Amino acid sequence: MTNGYHIVVCGSVVPDPLQTLEPVAGPTGPALKNEMMLPAVLDPWAAHALYEAANLATKVVGSKLWLVSVGPKAKLQQVMMTIAQRVSFELVPVDASASGFADSHSTAALLAEAIQSIPGLDRTRLLVFGGWESASRGAGTTMQLVGERLDILDQFQGVDQLNPQPDGSFEVLERIEGGRHQVSACSGPPLLLGWATGNLPEPRNNPQVGMANMRSVMPALQRAKSVPLPVGGLHFLSASPPKQRRQTRVVKDLSSEQIAQEIAEWIGK
Amino acid sequence: MAQHILFLAHVAEGANTLTKASHEVLGAALKLSSQLGAHLTIGLIGHDVAAAAETIAAAGADKVFAVFGPDFATARYMSDAAAAEAICRSAAADLILAPASSRFMRVLPGVAYRLNGCADTHVTSLEALNGELRATRWYYRQRIEAVIRREPRPWIVLLEPGCEAAWTGTPGPVKLEELSPPKLTARTVVTGIRAPGSDAQTIRPDADLLFVAGAGWTKKQSDGKTHVAQAEKLILDFLRASGSSLGGSKSLVDQTGESQAVLRFMTHLNQVGQTGSTPRHPKGLSMCCHGEEPHVVGWRFINERRAVNLDPNCGWARGKADVLYVADAFEVLANLNALLTPLTQTSLEAMTQKA
Repeated sequence: MTNGYHIVVCGSVVPDPLQTLEPVAGPTGPALKNEMMLPAVLDPWAAHALYEAANLATKVVGSKLWLVSVGPKAKLQQVMMTIAQRVSFELVPVDASASGFADSHSTAALLAEAIQSIPGLDRTRLLVFGGWESASRGAGTTMQLVGERLDILDQFQGVDQLNPQPDGSFEVLERIEGGRHQVSACSGPPLLLGWATGNLPEPRNNPQVGMANMRSVMPALQRAKSVPLPVGGLHFLSASPPKQRRQTRVVKDLSSEQIAQEIAEWIGK
Repeated sequence: MAQHILFLAHVAEGANTLTKASHEVLGAALKLSSQLGAHLTIGLIGHDVAAAAETIAAAGADKVFAVFGPDFATARYMSDAAAAEAICRSAAADLILAPASSRFMRVLPGVAYRLNGCADTHVTSLEALNGELRATRWYYRQRIEAVIRREPRPWIVLLEPGCEAAWTGTPGPVKLEELSPPKLTARTVVTGIRAPGSDAQTIRPDADLLFVAGAGWTKKQSDGKTHVAQAEKLILDFLRASGSSLGGSKSLVDQTGESQAVLRFMTHLNQVGQTGSTPRHPKGLSMCCHGEEPHVVGWRFINERRAVNLDPNCGWARGKADVLYVADAFEVLANLNALLTPLTQTSLEAMTQKA
């Protein structure tokens, strides 16, 4: 690959996993209580996709990396303050709801439109990355819908590894049942990958990368158009946190032998 | 109201039968057909589907459509999407039920787009109430449960395994209607499956027990030293003796990428929780894990839960486990291994080494 790849990563923001989430009724369906007040992070699987993309882009000279993100502008800005310090990318923001209760079909339409609007994007070098699921909707449907809209028929989900080959093809490892990987060979771009966790650690914060990114991120956020997200025929009849709460028996006064005996009996029941 | 229901399935990988999850979805499809008075059609995909079709002949479907041949032997987006699209168009169903296998999870959302319909995955139950179809699924990684309905049709619903009783019936002859999707030039070839060796396979979806190891196994113990080798041995011995499936907390599996002392068999595939899996096992046993909320959301479908931890105020104590044992996990697991494998004293020897 002499000209490098054009890598587009789709990823949005989700509430910090440590926050308590409580559903409330909103005008178009359920929403999270104090949603705009909750601290947000880049969706974990999308973040893995971004780190893998950045790693690939640095290895293959001439590659370009875009992060296409659908989310409320204020939340995107907050998350970019940290993410932008980790890897170099160009942000393509779309100011719309990032709620887990939004319809993935509508979100996919916005993402596909945003990708198609990227100037100079070369389909023959195009790799579309994203998380295989999100920590909000958790549906695992959005990336496939984006791929169909972009007419990309080589799609992979639950990807843990992408190995570019000297002949321009790729080896792809996808998670399947039973802790195994399916190995595929794809002849080359365009292809779409929904990433699982991959193999890379979180990159360290680099203030210089952050400074460089923010020069383009802030104007992009200012230009981002606010778009309503259609409900798309999806109706919520109820949304509630799980009611089950256990009465935990805390055992402090048994020896390890006695505990082992009790656990062994429980396993054998 | 659904008038036509399609049950869509693929044969099990490397076999010519249907998976247990497929039989569960067939049970759900038959129940709904009966409730709604709807017609049931079956669609099958695979290299050779004849034997699989015979096993579900007694389901009494109006028609059985099939797309088969070497092109459909492996799970590949392009060919699977073409096959599923051909079956769905021929069946003209307004509700399409399929198991949430990795093969169908990859491809059916895209098929929904082609059919101008919609798709929902990870559905845990589907019911008809006053002729209206309602699906239940979780949002925000098993932290909020919602009931939804959809207007667009066809509606493709992928049901999670373990949520319905598996249908059983007597095998018999069946008339297959073969469909031929348009021939496409495939740019992707599935070259194989990469799996750990049989002795290193720690993920067992059908196991009765989930054993979760936390980061505490690799931390300094009461003697001020780490005992990672002993931890590895104890855990592997337990997995072998109990036949359980191994899960891990994020903090433990992340150590692999952070150049810390690690359990060598623990990978991101084992990770349970907010950013990992949500396995389904009847029982779960956690050791050396704090039971923080992002991890415990992955336990949503584990019914009976016990934990061993030195901290009596850890997350498990706050209504997340049925029993919390405040004890040294090394000692407990060594004794447990001795009880489960009384003929071998290897774990106790490992414990002696630590002492």
